[in-house]
Amino acid sequence: MIVRAIEQLGAGTLYHVRDLGRMAGFLGYTLAGCFKRPFRLGELVRQLRQIGVNSTPLILFIGLFTGMVLGLQGYYTLSKVGMEGTLGMLVSLSLIRELGPVLTALMVTGRAGSAMCAELGIMRNSEQFDALECMAIDPFRYLISPKFLATIIALPILTTMFDLIGIFGGYLSGVVLLGVNPGAYMNGIEVKVLNEDISLGIYKSLAFGLLVVWICTGRGYFVQQIKNAGFGAEGVSRVTTQAVVYTSIAVLLWNYLITAVFI
Amino acid sequence: MKPAIRFVDVVKKFGDQVVLDHVNVEFLAGKTTVIAGGSGQGKSVSLKLILGLMAPDSGQILVDGCDVGKLSRKELDQVRAKFGVLFQGSALLDSMTVWENVALPLRERTKIKDEELISRVEGALAQFDLTGHGDKFPAQLSGGMKKRVGLARATMLKPDIVLFDEPTTGLDPQITMDIYRLFFRTQKEFGFTSIIVSHDIPKVFNLADQVVILNDGTMTVFEHPEDIQHSEDPNIMEFVEQTMGDVYSSSEELE
Repeated sequence: MIVRAIEQLGAGTLYHVRDLGRMAGFLGYTLAGCFKRPFRLGELVRQLRQIGVNSTPLILFIGLFTGMVLGLQGYYTLSKVGMEGTLGMLVSLSLIRELGPVLTALMVTGRAGSAMCAELGIMRNSEQFDALECMAIDPFRYLISPKFLATIIALPILTTMFDLIGIFGGYLSGVVLLGVNPGAYMNGIEVKVLNEDISLGIYKSLAFGLLVVWICTGRGYFVQQIKNAGFGAEGVSRVTTQAVVYTSIAVLLWNYLITAVFI
Repeated sequence: MKPAIRFVDVVKKFGDQVVLDHVNVEFLAGKTTVIAGGSGQGKSVSLKLILGLMAPDSGQILVDGCDVGKLSRKELDQVRAKFGVLFQGSALLDSMTVWENVALPLRERTKIKDEELISRVEGALAQFDLTGHGDKFPAQLSGGMKKRVGLARATMLKPDIVLFDEPTTGLDPQITMDIYRLFFRTQKEFGFTSIIVSHDIPKVFNLADQVVILNDGTMTVFEHPEDIQHSEDPNIMEFVEQTMGDVYSSSEELE
């Protein structure tokens, strides 16, 4: 009984170490693929549209309502201590430093990351990667690196949009609906939001972009090597779910770590 | 005759299962070799080993004298450039049209001008009876058409060696014959070395210059397909009984 438990623990540890190694190698090949000629600019633009432009309506919608809720809740809390005038600062700093990068990354994971994972998983199962390799076409340069670059470029832009529309949402609920002084709201943003806050948000969104595209494409690429995932369509669906869960956890953990380091 | 591909003492295992057990075999240049054997005997694994998609546990796989297991990625790509592969499920890129799939090797591996690319792709589509289907996506094609597109893509760069993984699986008898006729015509025209892995034993033996029977991890080579029926090896006799009977299609069917 005990021996069996130790065996299982060992086997599980070995599997995860191997999996991490595979994923590290995958990241290395993906980075190398970004610099291999011929560059696939057309594919990069197509991926930017897919991951960035097509995610914009969702990001704007979520950003607006997040800002509005922050405005309402912030007003409720601040009014208890008579500090409604600092609502602009509260909304903008919360969005720029924390909520913008995290929520944007989670939305992009759900919308584009899952799609990338499923696409690559299906390609793996139908031997399309083998076909590319047999034609001496590097699948990383051809398929994965454009997705990687597009996600890393798109995420900071989407995050900035999220922040801006969120601040506008906070203005709507705080100033227009609840009557906070508009000058105080804008002044709080202008005076209290520093370059470091904006930089932190951008660093976070870059790091999250890397996590989203790395985990989602990596899981799809290795769909047949993932333990207990099953085969065929079921395997792809399970691995896609796993990719979304792992990415979400990784984003939240990294968010805490980055905040702890920079605060 | 010079071998295009040699297996030297190749061993491949999956866990406890030994798929290839110290296999030594030569695939002759410019000839057609059929690899036959029951399910799970390692036929497709043999193709993946040749292509360097898998590595053997021990032994060497020599393609024109190069050991594919020991090549760098760049060298492996150079060796792979000699190959055309028709996959079991055709492995067409499903986000691309038929035209784009056929054009892919030319676009990625050559620097030819657009006019020449267009004319070569149109020529290939006509050769494989695909004219008018260039704008379709793989999901809109029948099984036979997918195989034809796969064959067009595999032979686009006039490879030295073409590998066929179960080229007629899942096709009806008429389409199967069409595919074999197309193969026969293409092989005659380009003169490539071909290796066919197939379950479709009686039909495919008409194409073979040599036959390799894969059984219990060993490969037995027969110079002439007819020799198989006269083998006294009990395993081969059992295989013949199960898969061939006395059914042989005539060579004229393929002409």
